[in-house]
Amino acid sequence: MIRRELITRLCKAYLDDKLEEIDRIPLIMAPRKSKQESRCCAHKTRAVLKYRMMALLGFNVADEVDELTPLSTYAGYALRKKNKGEGFLTVVDEACYACNKANYVVSNLCRGCVARPCKMNCPKDAIEFVNGQAKIDPEKCVNCGICKNECPYHAIIYVPIPCEEVCPVNAISKDEDGVEHIDNDKCINCGKCMIACPFGAIMAKSQIVNILQSINSNKKTVAMVAPSILGQFKGSFGQMVNAIKALGFDEVLEVASGAELTADHEAAELKEKLDEGNKFMTTSCCPAYVDAVAKHMPEIKDYVSDTPTPMQYTAKMAKEKDPNCETVFIGPCVAKQAEAQRDDAVDYVMTFEELGSFMLAKKVDILECSEEIDMAEFPATGRWFAESGGVTKSVLHRYEDTSFVKNMTINGLDKKQIKLLQRMPKLKVDTNFIEVMACEGGCISGPGIACNPKVAKKLLAANLKSK
Amino acid sequence: MSKKVQVKICFGTHCYVMGGSHLEMLEESLPAELKDYVEVSGSPCFGHCEEKTAGTPPFVEVNGTIIEKANIELIINYIREVLADGIRE
Ligand code: FES
Repeated sequence: MIRRELITRLCKAYLDDKLEEIDRIPLIMAPRKSKQESRCCAHKTRAVLKYRMMALLGFNVADEVDELTPLSTYAGYALRKKNKGEGFLTVVDEACYACNKANYVVSNLCRGCVARPCKMNCPKDAIEFVNGQAKIDPEKCVNCGICKNECPYHAIIYVPIPCEEVCPVNAISKDEDGVEHIDNDKCINCGKCMIACPFGAIMAKSQIVNILQSINSNKKTVAMVAPSILGQFKGSFGQMVNAIKALGFDEVLEVASGAELTADHEAAELKEKLDEGNKFMTTSCCPAYVDAVAKHMPEIKDYVSDTPTPMQYTAKMAKEKDPNCETVFIGPCVAKQAEAQRDDAVDYVMTFEELGSFMLAKKVDILECSEEIDMAEFPATGRWFAESGGVTKSVLHRYEDTSFVKNMTINGLDKKQIKLLQRMPKLKVDTNFIEVMACEGGCISGPGIACNPKVAKKLLAANLKSK
Repeated sequence: MSKKVQVKICFGTHCYVMGGSHLEMLEESLPAELKDYVEVSGSPCFGHCEEKTAGTPPFVEVNGTIIEKANIELIINYIREVLADGIRE
């Protein structure tokens, strides 16, 4: 919620033409003598807020050279589209301090026994006894877990580091100061670390300022909304479209229309590839998965579908209609930023959370918007892409006889599933179509959502039924 | 007890984005003993998000009383209080 407040305040500052005053935002949000529930003092909170805002302006927190650079200067850089550095996720180091450096900790259940199997079996000599109790030296510990298994009192506990735990590709790790760092050569931008960190220390770099700028310019700005929007806000689809227009977008396109083309093409491609003797094919619409293949699973590169994604099709349609327009993909995804960077037709990427916060800043209420829209087409099967299993359903819908398809769904990409996928070409299984979604539940549980995923599932189901 | 406790959740965009979506799980989270005494409904923007004094969204109204920064636990506690008062009377 703090992030949403920050985005709202940032949008408001832009809309009121007061970006030069954004240095005040951390001060307003954490007044000097206010009590801090989870941080030591208002000053710490302010520092964290400042750097989170820096990420919302689009910059890597680690790239700061001079600590005195105010947010308003970064805002100016953002407006002038200064290079924002590599990667799409950034660690707010000020906020990353609470996790244990080692995954294993000795609790006070330690009896300081004579046999000391923990110390005896530690391969790195990382355990010392202080005041009659075992102590693990985090500098030496390699997290093997032997001590935990050896202790007869179960006195050693495993303490997870949430971001490292969920990263499917081991791209995030601590430096010597105990602060997490993301290795961009490994990172697939799935955003799981950002969801997992209970300190909000990982932020997606936002493009919101440039999107606001585009809306403000005399160029046509086209919003391309992902199908998962149907599980994000209260209101009908028509109301959502009109709310987005009320924000200043000139046109709203449904990415579900692009998804129809993706499904058509993918259905034909699957048949073709299997006829050619390929063992299996996987979907390609999840950009975190596509990046994971490129960076970590070269063995299945040739098995990934070549079909353009719904976003790519939709952006192409927009640019064909008006080559001068600027396109903004609005969805739940961080990894789409990486995909957009490779696609000239997509200019910006925005999350649902940013969309919602923008509405708050502009005081647009979806339920107060009209339901009337003219929709030339109704991309029913494209809308299914919003949740896990939906792409398969949509592709299968295109065949009269589906008996030749033996499908499998990877609902959430984790370390285990990556191992499984790597072995797929050699495994003796008769699966020939694999849908992969990096987020468990599919797009409706992405890192950029505005709505609780459980509720989103219900909302989506209700909206898919109604027209 | 004749009348049920009326819980109205604000589904206005401001409340919904600031955590109100979570409150849609209120009905299923109600403890069994409360289920028969509570009626949950949704409402468009109450207008509280515009008033500086009303507090912080998301807002919920329980028998007409505004609860700010509403979460499921807070609402259930408040329902319990209302019901207890009802019995005393
Ligand atoms: S949106 Fe809930 S009071 Fe306005």
